[in-house]
Amino acid sequence: MSLVHETDYGTPRSKSEKEVTLTIDGQEITVPEGTSIMRAAMEMGTQIPKLCATDMVDAFGSCRLCLVEIEGRPGTPASCTTPVMPGMVVKTQTDRLKKIRNGVMELYISDHPLDCLTCSANGDCELQDMAGAVGLRDVRYGYEGENHVFPKQDGVANLNWLAKDESNPYFTYDPSKCIVCSRCVRACEEVQGTFALTIAGRGFDSRVSPGMQESFLTSECVSCGACVQACPTATLNEKKVIEIGKPEHSVVTTCAYCGVGCSFKAEMRGEEVVRMVPYKDGEANRGHSCVKGRFAWGYATHKERILKPMIRAKVTDPWKEVTWEEAINYAASEFKRIQQQYGKNAVGGITSSRCTNEETYLVQKLIRAGFGNNNVDTCARVCHSPTGYGLGQTYGTSAGTQNFDSVEKSDVIMVIGANPAAAHPVFASRMKKRIREGAKLIVIDPRRTEMVKSAHIDAAYHLPLLPGTNVAIVTSLAHVVVTEKLYDEKFIRERCDWDEFQAWADFVSLPQNSPETVAKLSGVSAEAIRGAARLYATGGNGAIYYGLGVTEHSQGSTTVMAIANLAMATGNIGREGVGVNPLRGQNNVQGSCDMGSFPHELPGYRHISGDDVRHLFEKDWGVTLEKEPGLRIPNMLDAAVEGAFRGIYIQGEDILQSDPDTKHVSAGLEAMECVVVQDLFLNETARFAHVFLPGSTFLEKNGTFTNAERRIQMVRKVMAPKNGYEDWEITVMLSNALGYKMEYSHPSEIMDEIARLTPGFANVSFKMLDERGSVQWPCNDKAPEGSPIMHVNGFVRGKGKFIVTEYVATDEKTGPRFPLLLTTGRILSQYNVGAQTRRTENSMWHAEDVLEIHPHDAEQRGVRDGDWVRLQSRAGETSLRAQITDRVAPGVVYTTFHHPDTQANVITTDFSDWATNCPEYKVTAVQVSPSNGPSTWQQEYEEFSKQSRRILPEAAE
Amino acid sequence: MSHSAPDKLVYMANQIGKFFKSQGEAKTVAGVSEHIKKFWDPRMRSQIYAHIDSGGAGLEPQVKAAIEKLKNAETAAK
Ligand code: SF4
Ligand code: SF4
Ligand code: SF4
Ligand code: FES
Repeated sequence: MSLVHETDYGTPRSKSEKEVTLTIDGQEITVPEGTSIMRAAMEMGTQIPKLCATDMVDAFGSCRLCLVEIEGRPGTPASCTTPVMPGMVVKTQTDRLKKIRNGVMELYISDHPLDCLTCSANGDCELQDMAGAVGLRDVRYGYEGENHVFPKQDGVANLNWLAKDESNPYFTYDPSKCIVCSRCVRACEEVQGTFALTIAGRGFDSRVSPGMQESFLTSECVSCGACVQACPTATLNEKKVIEIGKPEHSVVTTCAYCGVGCSFKAEMRGEEVVRMVPYKDGEANRGHSCVKGRFAWGYATHKERILKPMIRAKVTDPWKEVTWEEAINYAASEFKRIQQQYGKNAVGGITSSRCTNEETYLVQKLIRAGFGNNNVDTCARVCHSPTGYGLGQTYGTSAGTQNFDSVEKSDVIMVIGANPAAAHPVFASRMKKRIREGAKLIVIDPRRTEMVKSAHIDAAYHLPLLPGTNVAIVTSLAHVVVTEKLYDEKFIRERCDWDEFQAWADFVSLPQNSPETVAKLSGVSAEAIRGAARLYATGGNGAIYYGLGVTEHSQGSTTVMAIANLAMATGNIGREGVGVNPLRGQNNVQGSCDMGSFPHELPGYRHISGDDVRHLFEKDWGVTLEKEPGLRIPNMLDAAVEGAFRGIYIQGEDILQSDPDTKHVSAGLEAMECVVVQDLFLNETARFAHVFLPGSTFLEKNGTFTNAERRIQMVRKVMAPKNGYEDWEITVMLSNALGYKMEYSHPSEIMDEIARLTPGFANVSFKMLDERGSVQWPCNDKAPEGSPIMHVNGFVRGKGKFIVTEYVATDEKTGPRFPLLLTTGRILSQYNVGAQTRRTENSMWHAEDVLEIHPHDAEQRGVRDGDWVRLQSRAGETSLRAQITDRVAPGVVYTTFHHPDTQANVITTDFSDWATNCPEYKVTAVQVSPSNGPSTWQQEYEEFSKQSRRILPEAAE
Repeated sequence: MSHSAPDKLVYMANQIGKFFKSQGEAKTVAGVSEHIKKFWDPRMRSQIYAHIDSGGAGLEPQVKAAIEKLKNAETAAK
C-alpha cells in the first residue's frame, strides 16, 4: 500500500463544453475553454512551478512563480491566471523563466525558517518542492534584515514576528512559516463559505488573520480544515501530523457521521490514523469536509471504549467481562428461553443507521429468519420515516430525487426545517456557493438559523413559523401557486393525474389555506408567504431541501406530501437543479431504510404481505417468513410495559437517549428480561442491558454506506477491530448460536445477496464500487450507470399523485401551565446523541446543551443569560443553562440534545406522526423557570448511571 | 396522553382517521383499514378488535367502521 496521490491541477476544472487547442512545449493539447495554461500543462503531465495556486480554489496570481512565455506576447504572464486561447504557443521552461523563478524562490526562502529537517511538513511542503523544482542552490540574502522568522533580533523583540496560535484543538497556525499565498483565505471563502480569514496589512506587513486578529478558536472559524489542506507549508498543520509524523499509506473510505457521506483518504502510519483528508474524487463532497469527519475520529481509540463482551443477570448487578463465546451463547439462550416462555413474538431487534448496509441487512435477516418474526425497526423511525411514507405515496420512491451536484443548477433554494450549516455542513457549503453565485434562498424555520444570514448570504425570505404549523404554511404556498395560476400546467398534464390535480387545486384554494388565514395561526405574515410562493414558482429551477423540522411532527408525513405536491405543481421535478430532498441525519439512514429495517417491509421497500416477494426471500434464506408486519419501536416499548415483549437485540443505537419520552423508554427497557446492546461505549441504553457486545468503528470494517443522495460508497478497513470482530461478524455469531445458520466470509458476499434479492441494487457489487468509486441506486439493467436524478421521464409510481393535505393542529398545545413551545435541533460540532463527538475535542465548541430563549420571555421570568433554568413539560422536567437570543421568536424556546446530562427527551412527549409514529420532537409545550442547578431527577440519574456502569475487576486466575 | 393500550391505540386510529377523512368521505373507511392492515402488527390489531367488541368507546364512527371491516375480513379469512 502507498499514499493515494491526487494530482493538483493548479486551478479548478472548467465546465465549458467548448474546446480549445493550443501548443505547450511543442506538444498539442485540447482542453475546455476557460482552462488555465497551468491546468492545461498539468493535464499533459507538465507541472509548472507554483505556490499560490491549487485546484481547490480560484487562481489569484500573487507568487509569480508560475510564469510562462507565450509566442507573440510580451512579458511573462502567470500561467495560473491566463486562460488558454486557440492556437496559443506556450513555453514553460526558458532561461529567462528559470532566472525569474530562481529569484522569486530566493526571496521566499530568505524570509523562511530553515529548520526543514525538524519541520512537521518535511517531505510534504510545496515550498521545499519548489525550491527543488527551480534548482535553488544558494540564498544571497541573510536573515539580518527585516524578517518574520525570529522572535528576537540582536536582543530586541522582532515586531514582525508572531507567536504560534495553538488554540484550535486540531491544527496550529505558525505565522513564522507563512508565505502569504492566501490559499487558506480563498479556501475559507470559496470552499467552506465562512469567510473567517483575511489578509491583514499590506506588502511586507501582510499576515493571515482569523477575524479581527482573533485566535482561531474564538473567531468565526468552524474548524472545517479546508485552509489546513490548502496551505502549502507547515504554517497551518494538523496537530496529529506534528505529533505522529508524515503518513505513509492511505485508504479511501467514507465518513461515518452524517448523511452527506463525505469521501476521505484515511492517511495512516501502520495502524495509526494520522489524518483524514477529503477525497477530491468523492462525488458527494468534492474534496471538502467538516470538523467532524476530518478531525473528530479520536473516539475510536478513546479509553472509555469497551473492548470485551460483558454480561449480568440483573441490571442492578455490576458487569462481568466474559469471552465472546460465553456472551453470545448467553444472549442466544436467553432469547430462546423468552420465545419458549412468552411466544415467538416476544423478542425483536433494532438496526443501526450508523452501521453498514451489510450489517443492517444481516440484523433484519436475523430477526426475520432467526427469530421468526418481523419485530425489526430502526432509528430512522424517529427521524425520516415520514419521508419514506410521504414520497412513496406521491412519487413512488422513498428517497430524495437529486444528487448534491444538482444544487449547482438551482435558482431558488427552499430550506424547510433544516439547518444544513450545522447538520450537513459540506452540503451547506456547496449550497452557499451557489447562493453567492446568485441563487435565491427561502428559509422556513421557527429559528433564525445560520442559513438565514451569514457571510455573503441573506435569505430572500425567512418564514419564522410557529412550531407545528408546517402543513398550514406549505399548503398556503400551494394556495398562492394555484390561485395566482403560477402552476406548470404542461408538466402536470403530462406527468400527473389531471383530475387528482384539480381536486387538490380546489382544496388548496379554499379560504382556510389562504396566506391571510394561515398568517394568524403560523405567525408568518401573509406577504412573506405570498412572496416566497411566487419566488419559488417563478424564479427558475426551484429545489427544496428539508430536514427533521419537517418529519418530526404529528403531521410529518402530511408535510412531506405537501412538499411533494408543491414541487409537482410547479414542475420542479425530474431534472437537474430542482427536486425534493430530505437531508438525512445519520450517515446511513438511507441505507438502513433501503435494507428492510422497517417491520412491514423487506429490503427494497416491498411489503411483507406480498407473496411473491416473500417467497423470493424464503427460498433464498431457507425459512418460512411471517407475513404480518411486526412491532415498531414505540410499539415494542408499549408491548414491553404490558409484558408481551421481553427481549431485544440493539445494534449501534441509543434509544434511551435518542427516543422521545425517556421515562417511557426506560420503563419499557426495564420490563425486559434480555436486552442485548452492541455498541462502542456503555451508552445510556446499556444501563438496562444484560449483555453488552462491543462493536467496531467504521475504521475497523469493510462495507458500504448509502448517503442522502442514494449514493452507495465503500467503507474500508484501515485497522484491525480493537474489539476483535466487525459488527457483521457478531451478528453472524449470534445467529448461528440461535440456530439459524449464516455463512459469510466477507461483507462483499452479503452485498451480493442484497443485489440478488433487491431490484434497485441488482448491478451493485464491491467490485463495481472499487472500480467506479460510488453509484446512486437504482442501479440495474435499466439504469446501469445508476440514477443521479430520479423521475426524469415520469414518476416511478407512474403518474405523480397529488394528495390533499389538511392542516390538523397538534394535540400538544400551549396553555397557562405550559405557555412556551420547545423545539429541538443540533449543532455543527456534535453529532446526534454525541456518543462519539463528546469523546473528542469537539466538545470545546459545545460543552453543554443550552436553552435558547427570547429576551422578552426571559425577562418575564427573571432569567438572565447563563442562568440555570428549569424546563418542564407534561412528560417531565430537566435543568440546563439559558442563552438569551432573538434567534428564536417570543413564545418559542430551543435546545439541542447532544448531552445525556440534559436529557432533553425527558421533556418530549410521545405524540407522533399519524402515519409512521415518528415522534413529535419538534413541538412540546413547556414552561421555563429559574432554578439552582440540575434537577433531582438529573442527580439521581447520574448516580444510577454510575452504578449501572460498574464493571467487576477480572477475577484472579 | 396515557400509555394504557386501548387509549393509545384509539388515539392513533383516530389520528389516521383524520388524515383519510380529509381525502374525502368516500375514501375514509377504505383508507383507514388499509393503513392499519399494512402498518399495525397482529397484536395491536387484536387489541383494537377487543376494544371494538367492548363497545369501541372513543373511536370516531368512520374509524370504527374501518376497523370493523378489517376485523370481519380477517375473521372470514381464517
Ligand atoms: S478551518 Fe475552515 S472555517 Fe476555519 S479558517 Fe480554516 S477554512 Fe475557514
Ligand atoms: S497560512 Fe499557509 S495558505 Fe495561508 S497564506 Fe500562509 S502559507 Fe499560504
Ligand atoms: S459529518 Fe457529514 S459533512 Fe462532515 S465530513 Fe462527515 S459526512 Fe461530511
Ligand atoms: S501560482 Fe501562479 S502566480 Fe502563484
